[in-house]
Amino acid sequence: MPRYFTEDHEWVDVDGDTGTVGISDYAQGQLGDIVFVDLPEEGKELTKGDDAAVVESVKAASDVYSPVSGTVIEANGDLGDTPNLVNDDAEGDGWFFKLTLSDTSELDGLMDESAYEAFVAKL
Amino acid sequence: MSDDHDTIDDIETAVLPLDAWHRAHGGRMVEFAGYWMPVQYEGIMAEHLWVRESAGLFDVSHMGQLHLAGDGLDDALEALIPADLKGVKPNAQKYSLLLAENGGILDDLMLTRWDDGSIYMVVNGAVKYDDIAHLRDHLPDEITLNHMDEQALLALQGPRAVDALARLVPGVAELTFMKGSRFDWNGVSLWISRSGYTGEDGFEISVPADHAETLADALTAQPEVRPIGLGARDSLRLEADLPLYGHDLDPETTPIMAALNFAVASKRRREEANFPGAERILYERENGAVVKRVGLLVEGRQPVREGAAVLDADGSEVGKVTSGGFAPTLGQPIAMAYVPVAMAEPGTRIQLTQRGKIHEATVAPMPFVPHRYAR
Repeated sequence: MPRYFTEDHEWVDVDGDTGTVGISDYAQGQLGDIVFVDLPEEGKELTKGDDAAVVESVKAASDVYSPVSGTVIEANGDLGDTPNLVNDDAEGDGWFFKLTLSDTSELDGLMDESAYEAFVAKL
Repeated sequence: MSDDHDTIDDIETAVLPLDAWHRAHGGRMVEFAGYWMPVQYEGIMAEHLWVRESAGLFDVSHMGQLHLAGDGLDDALEALIPADLKGVKPNAQKYSLLLAENGGILDDLMLTRWDDGSIYMVVNGAVKYDDIAHLRDHLPDEITLNHMDEQALLALQGPRAVDALARLVPGVAELTFMKGSRFDWNGVSLWISRSGYTGEDGFEISVPADHAETLADALTAQPEVRPIGLGARDSLRLEADLPLYGHDLDPETTPIMAALNFAVASKRRREEANFPGAERILYERENGAVVKRVGLLVEGRQPVREGAAVLDADGSEVGKVTSGGFAPTLGQPIAMAYVPVAMAEPGTRIQLTQRGKIHEATVAPMPFVPHRYAR
């Protein structure tokens, strides 16, 4: 299952036309202790780059943008009680939401894992 | 993803004496009050809880350390602050406010009487140059003001701070809350007071900048002590009901609005009524101000931050959140806000709005976490 990254540190796993979205391990490390994640509701239509979620650390709130366009089909309910899943496993159990992609060609503009690693190394 | 606020200007940002020390200890440096400062080391939550159970070392060298001396100092300074300065005995410390003519707060500060009668004052880093200009403008020529920018300032805070510091500097355990004294540490002169801004027992230590690294090393070599960043300093002081200048206090707020009535508690000063804004402040003290700073327990898990609006029953905006975040000790979000006095009683239910979302909150008795000072 290919995984793509944005320069704003979101990732999306793609399986057919279904995408799973989260923030990168690098991003959770920068944010620090995460205490709340405000997730989009099922059925919400997102355009690539839209504000999709808000992640709250002890210190500050940060916007999470949708890496692709589509319709939200599920939000990660586990983050309600255990938002620190994002700190513990940002690129696994700490995923944010799933959506049905409306335009898979948008993936062409994103980075693959090695490109993202190189991008982060320069920050 | 992006941070809400992150405009950093490398050219303007200054470096403090412990800059390299923080970086070597894994501090994540951010711009604050014009300086590079560590926002966290291992993580705000862990650092916060460590201070509440053991002891943490904070670098607060960005704050302004001032020394004032000269004939007529007490009268001259009392003209600018509401404290009973004449009643401050040698080695005693007092919290006070630098007031504007209209009674608005220009800064909050800690002052201490030294043995020779002079005053050592610590003011906020973000406004220290404004404070110095204000003091120079308003104090007579006989008063000398020295900005002690060759000194670093460390704070050691937490229930085990006394154990750690007493091992290095015998005698500090005899100080009680809001008392200070000069100590010798391996030939280095330290000014140490039993005070701080976390609600915990602890000390503030003024040390010559060129000895700050060795002192920080000696302190963090104690098993009780870990370095703590600004992030935990902010969440600790919020839990302890300690307002932060530039956020919870500003020139638009008076001591009574800010619920700092204890800063205008001196009977003599009130009768003389000769501090800036005395008429307005004393009127508010008798009759109440229109708005008041309160603490809020926020329902749910989402923090409500500075800038969120306070709504009345009709949904009209009647106040503002001035500080807010997640309280690690309580495990829930808390905030400070200015609300109309009719809504200021503990137990009052209040609605807040942030980014289009309504949050329920309750006015809480302050402080959120009890103070544990060594009185």
